[in-house]
Amino acid sequence: MRFIEKIIPYIPLLTKGLGITLELTILSAFFGFIGAIFLVIGMLYGNRFFKILSTGFVTLIRGTPMMVQLFLIYFGLPGIDIRLSPLTASIIAFIINSSAYQAEYLKGGFLAISKEQLEASYSIGLNKWKTIQYIIFPQALRFAIPALSNEIVYLIQYTSVAYTIGLPELFYISKNFASKTYMNFEIYVFIGIVYLILIYIVTRATEIIQKKFYIPGFDLSYLK
Amino acid sequence: MADELLKVESIEKSFGKQKVLDGVSFILNKGEVKVIVGPSGTGKSTLLRCINLLNPPDKGKIYLQNKEITSLKHTLVPAVRQKIGMVFQHFALFNHLTAIDNVALGLLKVRKMNKTDAYKKAIDELNRVGLADHKDKYPAQLSGGQKQRVGIARALAMDPLLILFDEPTSALDPELIGEVLAVMQALAKDGMTMICVTHEMGFAKSVANEVIFMEKGKIIEQGLPEELFSNAKNPRTREFLSKISQLYGETGHK
Repeated sequence: MRFIEKIIPYIPLLTKGLGITLELTILSAFFGFIGAIFLVIGMLYGNRFFKILSTGFVTLIRGTPMMVQLFLIYFGLPGIDIRLSPLTASIIAFIINSSAYQAEYLKGGFLAISKEQLEASYSIGLNKWKTIQYIIFPQALRFAIPALSNEIVYLIQYTSVAYTIGLPELFYISKNFASKTYMNFEIYVFIGIVYLILIYIVTRATEIIQKKFYIPGFDLSYLK
Repeated sequence: MADELLKVESIEKSFGKQKVLDGVSFILNKGEVKVIVGPSGTGKSTLLRCINLLNPPDKGKIYLQNKEITSLKHTLVPAVRQKIGMVFQHFALFNHLTAIDNVALGLLKVRKMNKTDAYKKAIDELNRVGLADHKDKYPAQLSGGQKQRVGIARALAMDPLLILFDEPTSALDPELIGEVLAVMQALAKDGMTMICVTHEMGFAKSVANEVIFMEKGKIIEQGLPEELFSNAKNPRTREFLSKISQLYGETGHK
């Protein structure tokens, strides 16, 4: 098989590319999640200033294409003398983008908690922040797990967009391979399978997490 | 002289243009059980929510142990709520916590008790409502009556000065009402101060010191249960009470 002969020398590069894809995905998902917690609290419980700020931010980020955000950070910021490497620019752009989406997913979970539970929490003397911490957040997170896992699946795939600013992630390496060997069909099937395996792992991991944090009453129909 | 615990002084509350409470006043003494009855939408639940400041009144004053609580800084409100237990119509248990964790949460996070003491007290309170055997179950694994008893235990755990019951049995299947009423009756006999919004006439007759009939945000009539049930002065009170006694039976649920 000619393809196998050609791909073997590429394996170190592809592994590196895979590493970058995973690094970008994990950092974006993790710090995006941290950002999303602040955003959702700002959107739902902040004072007027924070409400407007966080809602405005989420609207802006979800309302503009990821590519525009990425290009603005990588090609736009040098205009004000901020020069970032492709990796740094991608990480920043994806964290910002993912935080806005994750905030929306979390918001759905936060709003799913009944008002009576909040009243009950207040009635035993918990204040607003303790209520968020002990009552709302643990439940909202369970409701949001499927959507959040979806975000990771999306990030794994969408980080390939970073090839446009020259980040040597998995897709970039494949494209590079294709342009040198003209084996477009083989490499894209191959790389498609790699993405598929990654996503299968995430999906399985989500199911395990859901089972681990399973609580009667938070049934998710597809787990049955 | 009676020991005045709570004084509600001409409180008013509106939601938008709808005036839900229109000058309600009463005094609740320590150890007293008041039952509030009245058609739905007359502000009974709102009254309870005003008392523990979940929906602070627009006008009027509320005093707890002779201290006004209606003008407190919002940072001091949780300390007041802690002293006023509340039991909810739809139980409002924390769905992600087991029965015992529901009861212990306030002890751990509000009272800052250590774990051993908090869980010891929580188990005592669950015992009091007859549910110690179910301590590790989640709300979804409990029946309605059991959920409500956990709700009562959760309120009791904070050692409240009084407990507000907001239609505690109206979301329950008929055969589950009795177990909740039995717990409430036992509390009343132990001297717990209670305000109960309920249509359980049997309960009112057996433990209430006073029954208040409310309609359209006002107290229409109040008095001893036997007086009000057999001899109401106001025709609206008579009409309403005869309707619910038909519905719930003269003696209420056993």
